[in-house]
Amino acid sequence: MSLLIATTVDDALAAMAAGARPIAGGSDLVVGARHGKAPLPDSLVAIDRIAELRALDVDTSGAVRIGAGVSHHLIESHPVLVERFSALADAAALVGSPSTRHVGTIGGNVMNASPAMDTGAPLVVLGASVELRAVTGSRTMPIGELWIGPGRTAASPDELCVAVHLPAPASRCGSAYVRLEYRRAMEIAVVGAAASVTLAADGTVTSVHAALTAVAPTIIAVAGLEHLAGATVAEAAVAVGDAARQQATPISDVRASDRYRRHTIAVMAQRAVDAAARRAAGERVPVPVNRALGIGAATGGPS
Amino acid sequence: MSELIGRELTLRVNGIDHPVEVAHGRNLLSVLRTEIGLTGTKEGCDDCECGACMVLLDGEPVNSCSYLAAQAVGREITTVEGVMRGDELHPLQRNLLDEGGVQCGFCTPGMIMSATALLARTPDPTDEDIRIGLSGNLCRCTGYARIVAAVRRTAQEHGVS
Repeated sequence: MSLLIATTVDDALAAMAAGARPIAGGSDLVVGARHGKAPLPDSLVAIDRIAELRALDVDTSGAVRIGAGVSHHLIESHPVLVERFSALADAAALVGSPSTRHVGTIGGNVMNASPAMDTGAPLVVLGASVELRAVTGSRTMPIGELWIGPGRTAASPDELCVAVHLPAPASRCGSAYVRLEYRRAMEIAVVGAAASVTLAADGTVTSVHAALTAVAPTIIAVAGLEHLAGATVAEAAVAVGDAARQQATPISDVRASDRYRRHTIAVMAQRAVDAAARRAAGERVPVPVNRALGIGAATGGPS
Repeated sequence: MSELIGRELTLRVNGIDHPVEVAHGRNLLSVLRTEIGLTGTKEGCDDCECGACMVLLDGEPVNSCSYLAAQAVGREITTVEGVMRGDELHPLQRNLLDEGGVQCGFCTPGMIMSATALLARTPDPTDEDIRIGLSGNLCRCTGYARIVAAVRRTAQEHGVS
């Protein structure tokens, strides 16, 4: 039984090479262990005090490096992310509750690989890549290649997720993440959709990307949207909704039936495209879109 | 790197250092209640859902039921016992009583901790801010309206710093 506190990434990697599992806030690991999902590993290395992992940097080109230990709270309140990577801020603002958002990190969310994770679909439409590092070296891969099944990633056990990289968005580009929820806090997406839309000067669509939450074994990108270049926003929204419905392979579980998910994913995808296009056109749609547009649970009391 | 299991650690709670030895996997809630004897923090769902176990870690709200006690080493832990000002109730406590925001009382310590963190960050919150700030805390008695009113009144009186 061991719990080491690492203060550098190299310390953490050395511990992981010797078999330790990383823990940041522990909100997935500790709760999962109590549920019998997986026992708490005998050997843990705490990575929540590593300065490199807590850093969020914007470079001169506008690209962003988000350290794996950056909290959802920082993401939902960071001006650059709110303004230019809005879908990710939308998602971070919907995670759990204030305490979950302070303890939970983007690295933990990404590596937990839940098909219902809120930050996943935004990262896909924003063109994110993930940086993995081990004692033996590091590699970077498109975020969509990281997830290979529910709770399963392409990372080997000795690899630590150290950062998520976001390229600078084009001008006249906007993004949004919308989820269906039954209550406003401590909720998991019934289904969710992220969209990124770039507009031409005449208001038609230059490009649109979409990705879906909780309708497949992993977060999935919506394929075959290239032909929407030149479409109006309204046409693109309908087409993305149709594609989402067709490409979804949802299951039935305690939160929703497969039929309900297949229907509602089209609605969420349309709304995500619409909100993303409004942001691309310069409209200020506050984060999170769910609250700003009254999407999801009606406004009212908590719970 | 330092190993935290199998040796005496120091947890700083409400400004006082407490020596404890923490078994692997032990959560902060159980150490606070059974080793340190601070039973104001409650165990509700033990699943990060209800917020009865809320404490502050370096001023930010944390569900202590799902946070490893050993990871709190070197951090400032604040529990509901730490918000009293001597023998005086904290304004939030008094306003919760005056507004009728306390019925069975089980959620109250967690509500106070979440509200304390909220008001430290947002001294003049809107009702929406208050509802979001308390959104990790369940109350099955009051219907929330009187709890929100107590937080609003506290902010209006003087805020919390």
